[in-house]
Amino acid sequence: MTTTRPEPVTERPASTRLESREDRTHRLSVGVLVLVVGVVLVVLTASTGDVARFALSNAFDEVQLPTLGLPGVPVVVVCALLCLLAGVGFLVGRLSSRVRTLAGVVAGLAFLLGFLTWAAAGRDLPFPVSNQLSGTLTLATPLVLGALCGVLCERAGVVNVSIEGQFLSAAFTSAVVGSITNSIPLALLAAVVGGLVMAALLALFAIRYKVDQVVLGVVLNLLAAGLTGFVFDQLVQPSSGDLNSAPLLTPIPIPGLSALPLLGPVLFEQNALAYLAIASVLVVWFLLFRTSWGLRVRAVGEHPEAADTVGISVRGIRWSAVLVGGVFGGLGGAFFSLAATGSFTKEMTVGNGFIALAALIMGRWHPVWATLMALFFGFVTQMASQLQTLNTPMPSQFLLVLPYVATIIAVAGLIGKVRAPAADGVPYDKP
Amino acid sequence: MTQSSASPPAGDVAGTDAGAGVLRLDRITKVFGSLVANDAVSLDLRPGEIHCLLGENGAGKSTLMNQLYGLLQPDGGEILLDGAPVRFANPRQAIDAGIGMVHQHFMLVDVFSVAENIVLGREPGRGGILDLRAARRLVREMSERYRLEVDPDARVEDLPIGVQQRVEILKALSNDARFLVFDEPTAVLTPQETDELIEVMRALRDEGRAIVFITHKLREVRAIADRITVIRRGRVVGEAAPSASESELAEMMVGRAVSLRVDKTPAQVAGARLEVEHLTVTSPDGVVVVDDVDLEVAGGEILCVAGVQGNGQSELAEALLGVVPASRGRIRLDGTDLSRATPRRRLRAGMGFVPEDRKHDGFVGSFTVAENMVLNHVDAFADRGLLRLGDIRSHAETLTEQFDVRTQSVETPVASLSGGNQQKVVLARELSRPLSLLIASQPTRGVDVGAIEFLHQRIVQERDKGTAVLIVSTELDEVSALADRIAVMYRGRVVGVVDADTSREVLGLMMAGVPHEEAVRSASVTTVAEEEQKLEAEVAEHVAELEGSGPAGPGLEGGGSGV
Ligand SMILES: Nc1ncnc2c1ncn2[C@@H]1O[C@H](COP(=O)(O)OP(=O)(O)O)[C@@H](O)[C@H]1O
Ligand SMILES: [Mg+2]
Repeated sequence: MTTTRPEPVTERPASTRLESREDRTHRLSVGVLVLVVGVVLVVLTASTGDVARFALSNAFDEVQLPTLGLPGVPVVVVCALLCLLAGVGFLVGRLSSRVRTLAGVVAGLAFLLGFLTWAAAGRDLPFPVSNQLSGTLTLATPLVLGALCGVLCERAGVVNVSIEGQFLSAAFTSAVVGSITNSIPLALLAAVVGGLVMAALLALFAIRYKVDQVVLGVVLNLLAAGLTGFVFDQLVQPSSGDLNSAPLLTPIPIPGLSALPLLGPVLFEQNALAYLAIASVLVVWFLLFRTSWGLRVRAVGEHPEAADTVGISVRGIRWSAVLVGGVFGGLGGAFFSLAATGSFTKEMTVGNGFIALAALIMGRWHPVWATLMALFFGFVTQMASQLQTLNTPMPSQFLLVLPYVATIIAVAGLIGKVRAPAADGVPYDKP
Repeated sequence: MTQSSASPPAGDVAGTDAGAGVLRLDRITKVFGSLVANDAVSLDLRPGEIHCLLGENGAGKSTLMNQLYGLLQPDGGEILLDGAPVRFANPRQAIDAGIGMVHQHFMLVDVFSVAENIVLGREPGRGGILDLRAARRLVREMSERYRLEVDPDARVEDLPIGVQQRVEILKALSNDARFLVFDEPTAVLTPQETDELIEVMRALRDEGRAIVFITHKLREVRAIADRITVIRRGRVVGEAAPSASESELAEMMVGRAVSLRVDKTPAQVAGARLEVEHLTVTSPDGVVVVDDVDLEVAGGEILCVAGVQGNGQSELAEALLGVVPASRGRIRLDGTDLSRATPRRRLRAGMGFVPEDRKHDGFVGSFTVAENMVLNHVDAFADRGLLRLGDIRSHAETLTEQFDVRTQSVETPVASLSGGNQQKVVLARELSRPLSLLIASQPTRGVDVGAIEFLHQRIVQERDKGTAVLIVSTELDEVSALADRIAVMYRGRVVGVVDADTSREVLGLMMAGVPHEEAVRSASVTTVAEEEQKLEAEVAEHVAELEGSGPAGPGLEGGGSGV
């Protein structure tokens, strides 16, 4: 070995990239979509009123902020132009990927603002901005908790389609226990137990018996709906005074901070579950990325054999992740009975579990991104319901679809390549 | 010197010393359903010794080691550590007993950093909180100590295979393993990387560790082994000394005399039949996998495309057939432009294709041999959509005989045949029509040595009919056996097209991206013949060394400094 050798390459040089067919199709379809949205906004200018008013405070706020008036037509036109520009940018294909992401976000926001302006312009009442924001946080609370539940399960390699079922059973147990004990902490505890029971069923059948996880999730949802519905009809309904009048979570203003104009009431006058949800995001992030347990969770979700060969119990870690997820799922479920109504009604979670699932997927299985997606869902849903009260010229059916349309636009530019944990949904064969 | 015995040396265990630090597998038996994967296999691992475990694909080598590592439980026999029986219910227990394993398929989490992979399972930190800084420090220390260079923060999926293997080795060493198993570690390496690995194994041995080196490649065994155990169909068929010749080892491994060289006359080259210009292919996520490739294959010659797995060879073959779209470039066969043609048209134009993953793309496992043999030209065996079953059957019977397919009948499902026979079915189908071009990707992967010989012979026969043949192979043995010319690919580009008698050393450098001229300048040998001489000299030196420090064999101290 006396000859000199060229240095061995220790790292691959960056690969040359060309646009693949898939990417091209994706880019072009996003471009067309954004362009169409721009055109719609242009058309809407014809029916835009003079001034769109946005109320920054509501009547009960300590600090009253002025009501903002935006000139209707110019704002809608600017927003339309932004969308058209972004659309053309996508179609031409000269944008770097970072600029493209930015263009997607700008187009999404421009669409929302333009649409809002059109809807609010010339109405009798101003659009209530602070209601919009605090409503966003409220609606997003269960979504955030549900998405965190999903993040934990799926990072460990267990697909969780049964967030909805966990919500429902937790809503039920917390309503009943809350009614009996009249104690919020006990009701929350009951919610956690309700979530854990469903999570344990998921873990048992997915990990131990290797049932197809999507089918299993659907079955668990049906089970939760059927079981809570049955017990509700047979036992709870007949004596709803005793068993179905749980204490309501009340907003807890944080002294000092809650008096801040605009943001105060939005951020610092929420109920305990909302605070808990925000704290949970940090907790889950920390667990996943800063603890040994989290490293193991991610390892069994990506490459269970590798984890096995270094002596990690794949099943054990999966069990623990699904159960910890169940805690958050349960807390999310408590929202429906304790924060919204103080009582349980059949199938009261109305698909929120699935929206949480969507948030987690679009949030790329990352707790923080998933939370942002959940907030976004909350925002658009709240906006749709606010617009309904404004008497906009729009059919209400369209308003119901709005959240999803907006999501598609905002996410299309953002998403790019979504990569699930490699072993997500794949049972592990060895003990 | 070859001490091959007909019966497994199961009985001689009691006779040898149960010295300290010896790990002994004693008559290990493992059964999968009706298949006896290990039949009373005994093996000693001694400190300071490299023990080669030699056997064909499917001989049961990995199965044996997985039992040692606690991944599988033996159905019979026992494992003795320092003379005392031990049981490993899971890998953790094996690791704690000082066993480390570099797995055949790397056990690395792609999306983790090097440091995260190495500490996984025994993470540093207090109160469950991960201390990544300590992890990095550990990796740096180990990396320095064993002179295995890695960047603790690199993501594993961004590393070349050779470096990933270093990570695997460090991972095994991080548990301070006294017994190290390398399961076919060279299968994915270039010759230079193989040399480096051999140096690493030697250094570890000299530290007094016991090493098991599993392989089915003969040439590397002889230069490094202190002892060689050969297993065939789950049984130990004997021990051999490093001085045994390659053909002696091959005979023990396969059970009969095999010729390691393909008989072939020099190519009678006609005009160019396949012409490829500027061919460029992108993967779905936008990476250029085949980068502006120009190639020509003449009738009557075999062009081998060599390269480390994943450098665009497979995609090149698939793009030639048209199953992956090319984003640029021209493909002409016998003058006809097929750049935009469908795979069906290309097959009609005389392309034959043997896919890399035969189970996935080569046949339908649940179909019979006969059905699979007409799979891609079924029109020729049908009248107005109705199959002529009699013709299909007799066609299949002729082919099974010609290609020596060992099957009970042509009505047997292909899935139940052995790998070699499955591949014969695929090749028979492709060669049963007149071809202008035969493309074969990894034609002998996972195929037993006996069948390899046969398949190679048939490919050469096809060449001699005047067909242009393009072989993609990551096995340099196969490349040098078949090629008339060799194209080396690296990161999607053709680094160079060279003569068939280019040495592995030069090819290896080219496989790492070094241009041909530079590779020739820095290589110590440039032709195959020179290289063989050098290898024989190395083996002789190694054997002399072993003899100098006392004859290697059961019951005697191997060359190491001792523990
Ligand atoms: N988990 C398993 N179940 C059934 N058969 C198996 C299993 N693992 C290996 N085998 C079979 O055992 C034989 C030996 O396999 P293996 O030990 O991987 O061979 P080698 O490593 O020597 O190539 C093969 O025929 C293989 O198909
Ligand atoms: Mg093996």
